[in-house]
Amino acid sequence: MSAIPPPGQERLGQTLGQTPSQTVGPYFAYGLTPEQYGYPFRSLFGPRLAQPDAPGEHIRLHGQVLDGAGNPVDDALVELFQVDAQGARVANGQQVSTTGFTGFTGFGRCGTGTDAHKRFEFLTVKPGAVRPGAAPYVDLIVMMRGMLVHAFTRVWFDDEAAANERDPVLQSVPAERRATVLARREQTPAGTAYRFDIRMQGPQETVFFDL
Amino acid sequence: MSTQEHPSPRDWDSHSPYVYPPYRSTVLRGPTKPLVPLKAALSDLAAPVYGQDDLGELDHDLTRNARRNGEPLGERIIVTGRVTDERGRPVRDTLVEIWQANAAGRYIHKVDRHDAPIDPNFLGAGRCLTDAQGRYRFVSIKPGAYPWGNHPNAWRPNHIHFSLFGQHLAARLVTQMYFPGDPLLALDPIFQGTPAAARERLVSRFSIDVTQPDVALGYEFDIVLRGPDETPMER
Repeated sequence: MSAIPPPGQERLGQTLGQTPSQTVGPYFAYGLTPEQYGYPFRSLFGPRLAQPDAPGEHIRLHGQVLDGAGNPVDDALVELFQVDAQGARVANGQQVSTTGFTGFTGFGRCGTGTDAHKRFEFLTVKPGAVRPGAAPYVDLIVMMRGMLVHAFTRVWFDDEAAANERDPVLQSVPAERRATVLARREQTPAGTAYRFDIRMQGPQETVFFDL
Repeated sequence: MSTQEHPSPRDWDSHSPYVYPPYRSTVLRGPTKPLVPLKAALSDLAAPVYGQDDLGELDHDLTRNARRNGEPLGERIIVTGRVTDERGRPVRDTLVEIWQANAAGRYIHKVDRHDAPIDPNFLGAGRCLTDAQGRYRFVSIKPGAYPWGNHPNAWRPNHIHFSLFGQHLAARLVTQMYFPGDPLLALDPIFQGTPAAARERLVSRFSIDVTQPDVALGYEFDIVLRGPDETPMER
């Protein structure tokens, strides 16, 4: 049993063991993504990070989560974490209240259980560069029944080849696996989209990072 | 967290492997290739913060936040604890979200087909923020055990799902809290997937001090997240 010492009674240099991760299980939706799934509880985060009037290039970031047999998973939860179109981190997860209206929040969630094709789909803006010349990226967390620990990955954009060449994190990925962390730009009738499938296993297994 | 501070590493001696065959669905869902270290630019990943304004007044009280025509059935419980980093420093103002089955072992989730009654006055979801000491507190109903298809006669022990953010994206934790003395723990591959030395950290402890007379039994469950990995300078 964990027993954290009360405030003021910590011993110098003492280290407490990390609380172990456990699976999110199949029934997270009414707790973590209630509005998306139609449960009567307000969602703190949803698939929309950018309101229509948020500055920047509006994109849909979508894809499937594929298991080791290549089948799309319909009970995965994907979390998206990114900077805004100017490359700034939104400090408040609920966007507007403390920083003035930007129409953008830096964190979203989408389950794969409400789409006919078992996709996740985020409505967001393409992130800006966090430093001049840096490659834009978003961070993703994926969790599901059958994962005792969530997985973390970073997604770059396939139309940013020059900047991607200079990105130290992307370049630290073995060359033959880099394509697994590139989102593919698509023009659709509904606007610009990027497709990013998350492959849990297999020859094209997505690169997951030890964050 | 300042830009000079990196989070402490994930302690794989405290966490399950991605593929743990006794828990069958890990076999096709857990990554199998080595993780790629991500050391650069970690300072960009300070987690977003949340305000009390973002939460509803009853969000922390699962016995009241979904009532329709009465009180939910079952044994009322108080679940509280402290969220700290590995050096015992409180993680303040962090969002704690929970979800669980009702007293009969039934989730409100549409996919749950277990033949046990739904409680019309219980949703099973709640959330709160930690205070200045890192403390959180929920009021709920003790969740029931329920069967699942992992192996013949498989039952999940009573548990409450927890989701936490911490101060950095690397501290993100989704876990489950169990109850002391549950005979199903020894048979549960999800619990057993955790290395033996760390398992007991997932089990809450009964507390007569937290127990509220005539109202609810009290359980304490402390949570340790990854924090800044610098040498402590204070005291």
